[in-house]
Amino acid sequence: MPEIDFRQKAWSAGLIVLFFVGWELFCLITGMSDLVLPRPSQIIATLVTRFPVLWPHIIQTLATTMAGFVLGVALGVVLGAVIGVSRTAYDTAYPLLVGFSSIPKVALVPIFVLWFGSGTVPAVLTSLSICFFPIVVNIATGLATTEPEMEDVLKALGATKFDILWNVGLPRTMPFFFASLKVAISYAFVGAVLSETVASNRGIGNVMMTASSNFNVPLVFAGLFVLAGLGVALYAVFAIIEKRVTGWATRKNDLITT
Amino acid sequence: MRMQPNPAFSGSPVPSDSGSESAKVAIELSDVSVTFGRGERAVPALSTTTLRVADGEFVALVGPSGCGKSTILRLVAGLVQPSTGVVILGGREVAAKALRIGMAFQNPTMLPWMTIEQNIMLPLKIVEPYRSQFRKLKRTAFRDKANALLEQVGLKGFGRRFPWQLSGGMLQRANLCRALIHEPRMLLLDEPFGALDQFTREELWSILQDLWILHRPTVLLVTHDLREAGFLGSRICVMSARPGRILDDRRVTFSRPRTVAMTFEPDFVALNQRLREFIVDARTAPAEGAA
Repeated sequence: MPEIDFRQKAWSAGLIVLFFVGWELFCLITGMSDLVLPRPSQIIATLVTRFPVLWPHIIQTLATTMAGFVLGVALGVVLGAVIGVSRTAYDTAYPLLVGFSSIPKVALVPIFVLWFGSGTVPAVLTSLSICFFPIVVNIATGLATTEPEMEDVLKALGATKFDILWNVGLPRTMPFFFASLKVAISYAFVGAVLSETVASNRGIGNVMMTASSNFNVPLVFAGLFVLAGLGVALYAVFAIIEKRVTGWATRKNDLITT
Repeated sequence: MRMQPNPAFSGSPVPSDSGSESAKVAIELSDVSVTFGRGERAVPALSTTTLRVADGEFVALVGPSGCGKSTILRLVAGLVQPSTGVVILGGREVAAKALRIGMAFQNPTMLPWMTIEQNIMLPLKIVEPYRSQFRKLKRTAFRDKANALLEQVGLKGFGRRFPWQLSGGMLQRANLCRALIHEPRMLLLDEPFGALDQFTREELWSILQDLWILHRPTVLLVTHDLREAGFLGSRICVMSARPGRILDDRRVTFSRPRTVAMTFEPDFVALNQRLREFIVDARTAPAEGAA
């Protein structure tokens, strides 16, 4: 149903425009100082003029995020697979994982800095440590929910644990996995920026920190805009991949149209 | 050709003497019992049971729910180990997994990301000698094999569809195909038609009968439906309530192929009546009865 789809998108776009127009008007009407809340038009202008300076920092943040994300996904998939396949591993490791995941990751940054010095490494590690948990949980859930009848059918054929994992467990887990990737990429981003804010001399987080101490509020907001833009872009990339790979899991909409 | 008790003569059911099996023995449970759990929490699922099934025989297991019918299937499939006794398949102990077994449950468990064809070919991905040729033949010989089976169950042309595009009855037909694709010598069916409506079920009885006549696997069918047992089985074993044991073991001699109309004839109804009485008794007095 393309018509409804289009209308939905128009509404979304309308809401975004309305938000910024409202913001702009609010600042103009109340005569808000740009040291408190700059207008969107000022922010965009700052963004455009300062873009050459911002660009290396954008690359830096993006690179640390992706590094943390990739490592986090690798770690998450391995841990999730182990926990999902083996009941014993699940029961043994879960309390530790939950404990680890409930630590506020800001608290880890000083430790990483202590070990590795400030800069890129703590940012990557913070990003990793914040984003691997949703992946572990989702992979484990996907594997643990394999239908027991299906397993019996395959075991009766003499299938090994790996056969079952490869042919049934992993494909079944894909929708869970991609759902968790969308969450994890946002988390990874948060982790990287967080660490840059606290301990780095590069990256968007650092730019915002420096700008705010210089009372360059429009630049702080420009940094926020960049972060939002990157976040949306990364989310969109994974949403598209998800749709391609696991279309079978969201077939209900197709059923109506075909 | 394997030996098979001659189904060509009709007549009323007679008690079998399972000791004098002349055909090759496909399944042999000798003094097998199964207990789940340990110590105080131990639940006996199957009391000491001896069952011998000839090659190519079609045995229906009926009995009150929770009586260990499925446990027998799982023993034969090697999914459950006997607490006592031994399970021997085709002359070998069940621990050796080399035997070809096809299984189907009430839940058709088609994988949603694969087409029906691909789902049916799944056992070929697992079982030798097909496994090593799978990549080479999955688009040619194996696909033809899957489609030939689909045609036998009346699903010609549905191979490229996805499971969600098929009805419950169609999925169950596909499930039978998946259980048969690797030409198993043994078919284990656990209430395969339990979730279907009466008419679809009767239709599938005929399909299963045709498949059995064509491929002649040894079949163990667990069912709650006495008409189903009488229609399909060459032999019916009635089990007691948990912990299960075999109360009655009888041969069914109606001629094949059987028709749904036959299930309303006096002989058939009488057989049903007898089975029903056994099960009603079994429900009320689980400890009684002859093994």
